[in-house]
Amino acid sequence: MSKSEAINYIPFKQKLRGYLKHPMSLFLLILVIGAAVITVGLVAILLGHLLIKGIPHIKPHLFEWKYTTDNLSMMPAIINTFIMVILTLLIAVPVGISSAIYLVEYAKRGNKVVSVIRLTTETLAGIPSIVFGLFGFIVFNTMIFKGYSMIGGALTLSMMVLPIIIRTTEEALISVPDLFREGSFGLGAGKLRTITRIVLPYAMPGILAGIILSIGRIVGETAALIFTAGTIPGVPKALTRSGRTLSLHLFELVQNPQAPTDRYFNAAYATAVVLLALVVLVNALSSFIAKKLSSK
Amino acid sequence: MNYKMEINNVNLFYDKFQALKDVTIPIAEKQITAFIGPSGCGKSTLLKSLNRMNDLIEGCLIKGKMLLDGEDIYGGMNVDILRKRVGMVFQKPNPFSMSIYDNIAYGPRTHGIRSKAALDEIVEKSLKNAAIWNETKDRLKKSALGMSGGQQQRLCIARALSVSPEVILMDEPTSALDPISTGKIEELMSELKKEYTVIIVTHNMQQATRISDTTAFFLLGEMVEHNVTREIFSNPKEKRTEDYITGRFG
Repeated sequence: MSKSEAINYIPFKQKLRGYLKHPMSLFLLILVIGAAVITVGLVAILLGHLLIKGIPHIKPHLFEWKYTTDNLSMMPAIINTFIMVILTLLIAVPVGISSAIYLVEYAKRGNKVVSVIRLTTETLAGIPSIVFGLFGFIVFNTMIFKGYSMIGGALTLSMMVLPIIIRTTEEALISVPDLFREGSFGLGAGKLRTITRIVLPYAMPGILAGIILSIGRIVGETAALIFTAGTIPGVPKALTRSGRTLSLHLFELVQNPQAPTDRYFNAAYATAVVLLALVVLVNALSSFIAKKLSSK
Repeated sequence: MNYKMEINNVNLFYDKFQALKDVTIPIAEKQITAFIGPSGCGKSTLLKSLNRMNDLIEGCLIKGKMLLDGEDIYGGMNVDILRKRVGMVFQKPNPFSMSIYDNIAYGPRTHGIRSKAALDEIVEKSLKNAAIWNETKDRLKKSALGMSGGQQQRLCIARALSVSPEVILMDEPTSALDPISTGKIEELMSELKKEYTVIIVTHNMQQATRISDTTAFFLLGEMVEHNVTREIFSNPKEKRTEDYITGRFG
């Protein structure tokens, strides 16, 4: 059947007439379309610029195992980024999920302590990352580990992503209908079993979303790491030594006194493309996992 | 007559609000007792306190005595064991988001049964007793959430049976179901009372007359009248009961 036969089909002419009769709605239509075009356009220009400038400079020497001032390799930084992500998550995820479980499942609703913890996490989320960096520098670098270290960086980043993990896990737990808890309690299951077997599996996609968000934050963070993990361009022999992540590597390439030379800038563009690809990959992976989990 | 449970002079408060006023009802063994009354009369509250589901509610205070086989359920009895002995079916079907098999096996596993053979047997027996075995035997590994509402509710009954309870509490179990599913569940209940003591809260007075042996009528937290179901509906002693069942209010 052709489109014009459909009774709910409005021909273009008729639509146009309608809009001409109401110029204000035509104006608004143009405005919202314009806003959408600008948003998409900005992203397209940014990505396009980055890809055009970056991709031609992705060369094998950028992926050599050891960094030298000749090859400007980002491989150690990529490895460091993975180390940093895993280390930070190892610290922040257990603490974050446990706090959220306490807040939602154990603390009495309307408890004073709960509102204090909530206020604290919200405040933590609002602190600029450079301030975290300064704090990490003073506590971890000058007092505990005596110098720049991966572990100091990871601890600092843990403090930064903790609010994200707590908030998202909390939301996920709250969204689990009480029906399921009652069903489990009604069979004589205790609190622990109800939480681990019924509540957590149900909340998993939401919790995972929070972890992914945190990974994005860790991969992208620069300011807090300059002060804590430091900028040594190699894979450290111990976690108590300094090592730069990918975004710090990018920062250092541009900051380098020789930077306004093409060599450093080209390497920076290439690094930016890889960083971007990494973040996109993490996001894709996460939505894939979330879909897998929720469809089960 | 043998009393399975006894509710003696129970007063229940939610903070300052008194939800139950000096309620006394003996619950006969292997019979169906129905609680009827308008919304907010306290019947669901009473039902939930019989397996201590009210423990989860902040500010809920209970005075009086409730006995299971003469044993005080609020006096040092292990809550998990109590809930194993006094099972519950909820208003809205609430199967867990796992397979049909795992839904039924959840309870027995909770109470320490690990052997595959024993679990298989319990799952089959529970599903048969809940009259849903034929519909589920070929899809035990499939998610329980793919079933219809009526099937889900019968699955929940099977799940309640899986821990071999002595008493089954049903909180308006058919209010979310269509007439055909409701019929199936009512049929099932008459089967269940051969082995179990059943207490059901219902809004549907026809349902109470169809299935229950005795009926208790509640109004504003008070238990107005408790008698053999036929008597309550044909020859109520209290004016308030008569007004309610003849539809003058509620």
